[in-house]
Amino acid sequence: MCGIAGVIHRDGTADIGAELTAMLQAMKHRGPDSTGYAVYGPADDLVVIRFVLAEPNRSTGFGMEERLARNRMEVEARLAKIGAEVATVTNDTGYAFRATVRYSGELKPLADYLEDVPGCEVLSLGSSLEIIKDMGDASTVSDQYGLGSFRGTHGVGHVRMATESEVDLASAHPYWAYPFADVAVVHNGQLTNYHQWRRRLEQSGHRFQSECDSEIIAVYLAEKMSGGLSLETSMKDSLDDLDGVFTYVCVTGNELGIAKDEMAAKPLVLFESDELVAVATEEVSIRTLVKREVETRDPYEREVLVWQV
Amino acid sequence: MASVGSLSGVSYDARGLVEPHAEMPDNIEVDGSRARFDAADLTIRQINMALRKLIYNDGIADVTVLNPSSKHSLAVGILKRCRIHFEGSPGWFACGLIDGPEVTINGRVGWSLGENMMSGVVVVERGGGSLTGAAIRGGDLIVKGDVGARTGIDQKGGTIIVMGDVGINTGFMMQRGRQIICGNAGQNLGDSMYDGQIYVAGKVSSLGVDCVPGEWTDADAELIERKFRIHGLGEPPQFEKFVCGKQLHNYDSLEPSERKLVI
Repeated sequence: MCGIAGVIHRDGTADIGAELTAMLQAMKHRGPDSTGYAVYGPADDLVVIRFVLAEPNRSTGFGMEERLARNRMEVEARLAKIGAEVATVTNDTGYAFRATVRYSGELKPLADYLEDVPGCEVLSLGSSLEIIKDMGDASTVSDQYGLGSFRGTHGVGHVRMATESEVDLASAHPYWAYPFADVAVVHNGQLTNYHQWRRRLEQSGHRFQSECDSEIIAVYLAEKMSGGLSLETSMKDSLDDLDGVFTYVCVTGNELGIAKDEMAAKPLVLFESDELVAVATEEVSIRTLVKREVETRDPYEREVLVWQV
Repeated sequence: MASVGSLSGVSYDARGLVEPHAEMPDNIEVDGSRARFDAADLTIRQINMALRKLIYNDGIADVTVLNPSSKHSLAVGILKRCRIHFEGSPGWFACGLIDGPEVTINGRVGWSLGENMMSGVVVVERGGGSLTGAAIRGGDLIVKGDVGARTGIDQKGGTIIVMGDVGINTGFMMQRGRQIICGNAGQNLGDSMYDGQIYVAGKVSSLGVDCVPGEWTDADAELIERKFRIHGLGEPPQFEKFVCGKQLHNYDSLEPSERKLVI
């Protein structure tokens, strides 16, 4: 089933961490397995890396603490070796880390080099994107990672009811569009030509973190945009290329876009005002953000809409 | 049975039944045979509990619910003649399985409005989501704005009137009843329908399998004129009629009770 929510503020920064938490918590009934956020803070000249060194349900046991500490040192050493000057490294949990680095090289070698460390998975890379995901409902994850105080311009979130793959962090949304800076996707639905696209994209050099069908969308869009296409054109192309039922939201450093499949099989409701645009699987989620009667609509089949910050 | 708390503040009993010890709201104002209450801070179960108590136990014939705040499954399964008014927007599955009530909604609704409705009237002042009037068997369902995909899917009777547009697969596998659509219709209108009539005033993107233009009769004009008059919808526009081509399915169109009479 799954629930997705997205918000974009047209008039500057807001408490998007708290806003998305409230929106997602209102849709807890759509998916209590895991919750994820892709939020955009103010961009600066540092690169933000969110990474994990173990799956949450495999992060304890004999010698695990030492192994995590050792791997964290290895990540920092590799960052220095590849030419990324580490500004800060903090951890919200024993296995999830946030690093800021001064780095001007290509992102793909950086991500590949870090993921070569045992257990390491880069959740997001970019100048403003931060992906936070973990097991549990929205409030649990938000409290765990201190998202309540996160300020930014836009973001998306996802509550997951696992249907196609495991309940673990690798299968939790949002997905970062490796190796593209600041691009993330959340998806509600099932894709039926997953293996076909995975083979195709792997052949052109992309890597996949999970067995989850939704990851295809992020990598597919990254591939399209690396060919010079706009987000909107890439999303329109995806309507013909992806098979199955889906509603997905894609976010970049300054855009938020939604796409619905040709059967309009999966729900999405849209609210637009001068100050903000909010999208969610159910209107009850938007009502946590705008506490009055609002004019909303359901986009129709094959609709692709993109908003700028 | 012991109830189990959860982080969302909603409690469940051991069988998973939500809010086993829900308390009757204390903000109900009763005035003769009318009652009203504010649902902003109430749970879904409390709202439905209050509606059932007022309508079944207290003999109230007219209930106004303020601020439904897009909550799901409100006014479901009310099987008695009464009036219910929502001042604001209910969420998904509103007024499902009702038999008798006249419901007015001054707002918008989510997916699956009036699902499986048996009789009564539901009037929505604004738009609706997908699956509006899915599998209804009787009554009138009127939405004054646009609705989503699969409107009246599996419809088995009754009348659905949409003043705006409808999405893809409207009237999919409908078996009986009427749909009166004043706006445009999405692709695959009336796909695999068995019977019934669909009237469209706007543009039809495409017809589904075995849905064909039908012959306009005086009875059609009379029906539309009557429905518009009863519900105060103004002057009806010019409609085109679509029916089943009867090439796809082999069936008899009798209800089980009717079949018994024939045999």
